[in-house]
Amino acid sequence: MTAKISYADVEVGTELPAQTFPVTRATLVQYAGASGDFNPIHWNEKFAKEVGLPDVIAHGMFTMAEAIRVVTDWTGDPGAVVEYGVRFTKPVVVPNDDQGATIEVSGKVAAKLDDNTVRVDLTATSAGQKVLGMSRAVVRLA
Amino acid sequence: MALDQSFVGRTYPPTDPYEVGREKIREFAEAVGDANPAYTDPEAAKALGHPDVIAPPTFVFAITFKAAGEVVADPQLGLDYSRVVHGDQKFAYTRPVRAGDRLTVTSTIEAIKSLAGNDILDIRGEVYDEAGEHVVTAWTKLVARAAEEA
Repeated sequence: MTAKISYADVEVGTELPAQTFPVTRATLVQYAGASGDFNPIHWNEKFAKEVGLPDVIAHGMFTMAEAIRVVTDWTGDPGAVVEYGVRFTKPVVVPNDDQGATIEVSGKVAAKLDDNTVRVDLTATSAGQKVLGMSRAVVRLA
Repeated sequence: MALDQSFVGRTYPPTDPYEVGREKIREFAEAVGDANPAYTDPEAAKALGHPDVIAPPTFVFAITFKAAGEVVADPQLGLDYSRVVHGDQKFAYTRPVRAGDRLTVTSTIEAIKSLAGNDILDIRGEVYDEAGEHVVTAWTKLVARAAEEA
């Protein structure tokens, strides 16, 4: 593991570069295929509405995959992630248009732990709503 | 309908091995739009100290969730899958998943709770490689929403 960020160079409160991730219906179809999660709430508007959703929603695991990129792009080595957990609080609603939705993710160092690891707290929002709660990663730095 | 508490602690037999392929990792990385070369270029992965390309952190969910599906579909447990949503997800890694791994998953029901008519199921999936070494543990919380009154 060779993270490009040094433990000595970060402190509690250090902010990671924030990122915005676009998500369209095509993104969800591609993610369904790659992940094997073909639940129709992620691609069939009629079905989604029948089960009480406002529209097609993104896979929670898609949002989880995007959010950790703020950490893995920061460290360089995705293998430096030791722990990663989220709570799915609100769905990312993806309308059927060219724009789709966006997921905005920011992160900051919340604690310096043993063994050159730090805890990063992530915030993920879409359309102004927090879509992940308790979103935390422990990552080993150089 | 409340789930049977006696299922807490039940462990299911290990799954057949899932062989992690480079192209499957590439497909997943492309689907999440992640261009990190550690996922697609063996040389880049080696430069970071990995023996082959590694998988993005959440890649392994496809494997653990399939294993959890056996639990979810257990007719004796009686979970209404059509009402299930994903509540929480957590991973703890001993090392990243990488191409060439042959992974098995052992699923255990950690907790069953009933809250305001919702059934809440916590499943832990332990992922091991072919040598029997621990790779990652996945905790999945599933919530079966209460059925609406007829």
